[in-house]
Amino acid sequence: MDTSSTIKKKTLDVQEKIRQNKEKQKVLRKLEKVVPAFLLLCAGFSVITTAGILFTLLKEAIGFFGVVPLNEFFFNTSWRPWSGSFGVLPLITGTLLITLIAILVALPLGIAAAIFLSEYASARVRKMIKPTLEVLAGIPTVVYGFFALTFVTPVLEKLIPDLQIFNALSAGIVVGIMIIPMVASLSEDAMNAVPNSLREGAMAMGSTKFEVAMKVVLPAAFSGVVASIVLAISRAIGETMIVTIAAGQSPNFTFDPTMSIQTLTAFIVQGTSGDTTYGSTIYYSVYAVGITLFVFTLAMNLLAQYIARRFREEY
Amino acid sequence: MNGFLSKEEWKKRLNRRLFINRIFYILFFAATTIGLIFLAMLLYRVLTQGIGYLSWDFIKGFPAPYPEEAGIFAGMIGSVYLIAIVAPVSLVLGVSTAIYLEEYAPKNRISRFIQGNIQNLAGVPSIVFGLLGLTFFVYIMDFGYSLLAGGLTMSLLVLPIIVVAAQEAIRSVPNELKEASYGMGATKWQTILRVVLPASIPGILTGSILALSRAIGETAPLLIVGAAAAIYSLPDSLLGPYTAMPIQIYSWVSRPGEEWPLVAAAGIIVLLIVLLLMNAVAVFIRNKFQKRY
Amino acid sequence: MDLSQVIHHENKNKPKEEKHVFEVSNLNLWYGDDQALYDINMNIPENQVTAIIGPSGCGKSTFLKTLNRMVEMVPSVKTSGNIKYKGTNIFDPKLSVEDLRTHVGMVFQKPNPFPKSIYDNIAYGPRIHGIKKKRDLDEIVEKSLRGAAIWDEVKDRLDENAYGLSGGQQQRLCIARCLAIEPDVILMDEPTSALDPISTLKVEELVQELKENYSIIIVTHNMQQAARVSDKTAFFLNGELVEFSDTNVLFSNPEDQRTEDYITGRFG
Ligand SMILES: Nc1ncnc2c1ncn2[C@@H]1O[C@H](COP(=O)(O)OP(=O)(O)OP(=O)(O)O)[C@@H](O)[C@H]1O
Ligand SMILES: [Mg+2]
Repeated sequence: MDTSSTIKKKTLDVQEKIRQNKEKQKVLRKLEKVVPAFLLLCAGFSVITTAGILFTLLKEAIGFFGVVPLNEFFFNTSWRPWSGSFGVLPLITGTLLITLIAILVALPLGIAAAIFLSEYASARVRKMIKPTLEVLAGIPTVVYGFFALTFVTPVLEKLIPDLQIFNALSAGIVVGIMIIPMVASLSEDAMNAVPNSLREGAMAMGSTKFEVAMKVVLPAAFSGVVASIVLAISRAIGETMIVTIAAGQSPNFTFDPTMSIQTLTAFIVQGTSGDTTYGSTIYYSVYAVGITLFVFTLAMNLLAQYIARRFREEY
Repeated sequence: MNGFLSKEEWKKRLNRRLFINRIFYILFFAATTIGLIFLAMLLYRVLTQGIGYLSWDFIKGFPAPYPEEAGIFAGMIGSVYLIAIVAPVSLVLGVSTAIYLEEYAPKNRISRFIQGNIQNLAGVPSIVFGLLGLTFFVYIMDFGYSLLAGGLTMSLLVLPIIVVAAQEAIRSVPNELKEASYGMGATKWQTILRVVLPASIPGILTGSILALSRAIGETAPLLIVGAAAAIYSLPDSLLGPYTAMPIQIYSWVSRPGEEWPLVAAAGIIVLLIVLLLMNAVAVFIRNKFQKRY
Repeated sequence: MDLSQVIHHENKNKPKEEKHVFEVSNLNLWYGDDQALYDINMNIPENQVTAIIGPSGCGKSTFLKTLNRMVEMVPSVKTSGNIKYKGTNIFDPKLSVEDLRTHVGMVFQKPNPFPKSIYDNIAYGPRIHGIKKKRDLDEIVEKSLRGAAIWDEVKDRLDENAYGLSGGQQQRLCIARCLAIEPDVILMDEPTSALDPISTLKVEELVQELKENYSIIIVTHNMQQAARVSDKTAFFLNGELVEFSDTNVLFSNPEDQRTEDYITGRFG
């Protein structure tokens, strides 16, 4: 019992010290009020950024539609801004063509990889393959563009002699490879969320792993998988460097993948390059194209969020 | 199960099902490896093409009209300067936002709105950030085609990524630690500063480095806000012209001729090494400070 | 219940008039629309150990956390009624919760040291209250660790991370951390439920030592523990205070049938 008697044999009265320090702590009390205000202000920046994006796109696009009527923009099938024809359809078909090719590549490969990782792979194999797949997502797109132009296109040329040097096919395939990790990892998350009891039920009835994956896991994870694909579509629509480098700058109104095309994003790069003057119709047209792009991607993102939310509710 | 089938028939079906199972196992595995094979080819291709041009002169050299003389020095330094702007701006804004959302924000519509807004911002194509930067920083603020305009544009681009990473790190700090702090009479900010942030800093750093490496590789928004390819000196002020590694690479890729792609490949090697180093640091931090609670 | 009588027989001779650290009157508490505490009236004596027992979910932790207003960290919480700490109303807007909590410390169910060195764990409390001098901190750290009977085990490794300690040591470290700002009251919420029997015994001995200088309120699931360590015991049931009396009385001769049912193990 002698330790306890030393406890408060006061050589130093802590509570007394704390009381003395209280005056100094006044600053702290002030800080306590100021800090949240500062933090909220910082949080406001992301909202301001969004507002800024909407504002700039709208403002300049409105400037554009003062010169070029809406119906020409949406229904004219020729995009020759330097000769005064501003029909956005070729850019949209170019974008859709790239997106379509990319999804044709990424959908089967991404979902197959997700099924392999979540249903077949051992923990060790998964630990090795997953990070390596993620590396694909970390490679700068300018590097993919280089690879598409200097490697994929020449290889494809051997198979398709008519292929133009700049073409939608090569760019689309490479965009597809780029978004594989996105599809694979988001789909795998969805498949992992499927309760094991469902799998065990099917296994107990003598199903093979493949049957379990196709008849139990994939349907149960369906909306999660769909959400991952929608998000990947959004990424493909917004991808810029690969298509700028490998698909060319020719706004052809075509769905022929061997041809050179131009996407919405590629035109934005072209339209803002050095020789465009501020305030010219071409300058404004960039924003009209920009807002079109923005609306497409935003719609896809919101759709993906909606589907993913519904998916989460299922479990 | 085999009530209606003869034993042989049933066995045949089972074998077929097992065969299909086997085939698809191989198919799924093959599909998974396609991405990896592609990655290997890409790296191999870049290395074999670029290694010949990779030299000390290339690293110390400025852009030039001839392939043999071109170098990536201006690009590297430009990228470093950009990160010197992006890192403080996006970290202060991003971490503050994350702290607000995780620790202060009441669970109301405004908070949900900010949160949803960040999620959507993360999905906006990078080139659209370029357009924002062009109108706002280049023209309205009148920074011109300057380092500052490029840096601020990039800051906004990586902001949502950093917010999300920081939120995750902050959320993973166990509630018990905060309770211990509050229980001793600590104020909210003291608790955040002395308990929450120290515990979440490894996670924040890891996420931020990955976000910054994204900024290093981004090309499109910089093209829009006017990073130039032909820069023969280092930027001397915030409002001066600048270039960056991916801009250099892009300008080399798009030049005609046999030689320029090789120069581009050499540039890509340098860029990938920088990214590799950054990722290594991030992984190192993550492993070193692996969660102990 | 012989054991408790042996321990406490000397208390019987104490003068009856006792000072109170907490005077709780008509306390009600709601989580949103769910009422968790009903009309609690209770005077908690100073420099004694008060145990709170009752079945799971009866509101023990809620009551304990109300005393240092930690319960308000749940945003939906509403209270009515009155709690006086040494004569001052703890809900008085002029009194800051930080102030209250420097006088009313808390030890939690799971040991929760900070992921810092042992030294920094103990110095945390003094530091946030503006004590920065190395000499003062050294003194406080040693005194607190001695007070929590863990000094001998850790004095050579003060710079090591607290996560390297065993569960029992961590819990005593948390008690030491609480002692470092010398509160008057220590609230303990099932402090031994995550510990092995030997560590439990050490903490129980510690509680006995600490009551000389501190008022201790301890929530426990373990009735033997309540009997061993406490002077007074409160029995809670469904958010109500059923019975509150001297520990030996409550365990040997409960007034309320429900108390008797509980301590004889008929429910809960
Ligand atoms: N954060 C909360 N939100 C809503 N209700 C809560 C919350 N915490 C506790 N409750 C409710 O309040 C009641 C009392 O809970 P409390 O934690 O005080 O019980 P307890 O006696 O400490 O139980 P145990 O012995 O299991 O720790 C319970 O019905 C519980 O469901
Ligand atoms: Mg409890």
